[in-house]
Amino acid sequence: MNSNDTLIPHIGVVTDIRIDTPDVKTFRVVSPEGGKVFEHMPGQCAMLSIPGVGEAMFSITSSPTNKEFMEFSIKKCGCLTNWLHMMDVGQQITIRGPYGNAFPVDTELKGKDLLFIAGGIGLAPLRSVINYVRDNRADYGDVQIVYGSRSKEDLVDYQEIISEWMNDNGVQVNLTIDNAQEGWDGHVGFVPDYVKELAPSTNKTVLVCGPPIMIKFTLAGLKEIGFTETQVYTTMELRMKCGVGKCGRCNIGNKYVCKDGPVFRYDELGELPDEY
Amino acid sequence: MLRISIDKIDELFAAASAKQTLYIPADRDGTAEFTKWENGIRLSNSLNTVRSVKDFFFPQTENLVDFKLKGKNIEINDIREECEDFVIFGVRACDARSFTILEKVYLADPVDSFYKNRRDHGTVVTMACTRPSETCFCGVFGIDPTAPEGDAACWSDGKYYYFEAYTDKGQKFIDSVSSLLEDGDTADLEKVKEATKNILSRLPLANLSTESFGGDKLNEYFNSEKWAELSESCLGCGTCTFVCPTCQCYDIRDFDTGNGIKRYRCWDSCMYSDFTKMAHGNPRLTQLERFRQRFMHKLVYFPANNNGEFGCVGCGRCLSRCPVSMNIVKVMKALEVK
Repeated sequence: MNSNDTLIPHIGVVTDIRIDTPDVKTFRVVSPEGGKVFEHMPGQCAMLSIPGVGEAMFSITSSPTNKEFMEFSIKKCGCLTNWLHMMDVGQQITIRGPYGNAFPVDTELKGKDLLFIAGGIGLAPLRSVINYVRDNRADYGDVQIVYGSRSKEDLVDYQEIISEWMNDNGVQVNLTIDNAQEGWDGHVGFVPDYVKELAPSTNKTVLVCGPPIMIKFTLAGLKEIGFTETQVYTTMELRMKCGVGKCGRCNIGNKYVCKDGPVFRYDELGELPDEY
Repeated sequence: MLRISIDKIDELFAAASAKQTLYIPADRDGTAEFTKWENGIRLSNSLNTVRSVKDFFFPQTENLVDFKLKGKNIEINDIREECEDFVIFGVRACDARSFTILEKVYLADPVDSFYKNRRDHGTVVTMACTRPSETCFCGVFGIDPTAPEGDAACWSDGKYYYFEAYTDKGQKFIDSVSSLLEDGDTADLEKVKEATKNILSRLPLANLSTESFGGDKLNEYFNSEKWAELSESCLGCGTCTFVCPTCQCYDIRDFDTGNGIKRYRCWDSCMYSDFTKMAHGNPRLTQLERFRQRFMHKLVYFPANNNGEFGCVGCGRCLSRCPVSMNIVKVMKALEVK
């Protein structure tokens, strides 16, 4: 048989492993011949696997404007992710994708002032969009990034944030951590409260990702300030096996997160049953 | 119409199986299952097989791909092979319709090559029903069991089996047995069809209504208070999903053989507690959510995505097999918005 099948993966080589936080590592993946295994758009995902251990869906953290490699920021929280965290550089894994829709970077987001709101590992999918926007700066308005985590150590890729994002023109970064700690003179408090405190202009388009509870309170806060649901995008995650709407488990109502999502606008998500 | 005397059917099976592997419903331990034909295997008189015909195209387990691990390196072995031609004889109209439902999933882009391989090489010869049972409700979904779909169809009037081809594959099957067929009139067959239609109209589930279902009232049905009572007795055994000709959910698992990794696709069931379980939690925590998912999918979500077509063919297997006598008919009757 010579037809392709999406269930048959490609080989990816892990060429770099960055320790971001006590439980998050970022893995750089290229094809054995060098270069990216496939192209993607910001917000899309890929199935990574260690054969014999398991396979799971991860958002692609790197921007498509990166022409050399893909990166995945992965939190250690289960069987497969534990194994991934134990890998050394040079290890091969399997990879297939890209799956799902993407943030509408070439349509609805174009020319807009953008507000990114992320909590913890929730920055992973948004980082792809942030760096895409930074690399196509003329196509977008002002960028504001509100990012929070439990502690300073839990901010994913803090180095890139302070040495690159914070030095960009037209990019405002607001960091916060849940509890005060030594060596931190920035904001302390939860993300939803911080967003309200910052009172961003309501002409912005919002991209939010983080723990469900953070998203819930952030959305309520945004509405209080005067944002509408049609201005807010998020990205979802449910258990998946196939990635193409056939294995039958990642649906919310009649929408499959793997192919109709993972990116949803809040008004679209609101029309679906509350089962996620 | 081309026909063969009933007492010569084994000769027909022998001729057909000389060309390609043939499966027919045969009795085993008191129930009927599709069985590879060989001398001595007799056609069952049962109305239908316990397991549906989906098994031939979407088997309970199948090997997707193999891996060899060598140090840090992985070798991927695409073990797919072109499937050999085969014929399934005696498929009922309900099961034949299930393909149009399965194909909206498996043949939608990106095409599932495993399913397509078998469909391309499988010939479905259907058999018209003459004795529909009280658990049958295919008519509710617009299926006429006296005029089954398929690559070719077969009818019986008690004396002869009559054949008609609908596709090239069906014609190929009929050609492979044509030396045994003779032309004959269908007057008696028409009488049998009329008698069957008469039984169909009097079946207890003949008037079950699908009218209020479909994608329109998605949240209304999802939020119905009736799910609690309906799901109360569900054991979560998954029998309904396994015997269902249209249930197509699957799991992917790896098995370490000691000499490489085999990746398998296996049937899965939305009725199982770990179906949606993730490291951070489970969106369907209780049997209520899991039970609701199965019926919402068939009656609401599937039609919402497929121009109103339901994900059920009324074969009645879940009615006869559920250990606690819960089934889609009870759900439809309870939920129906009048």
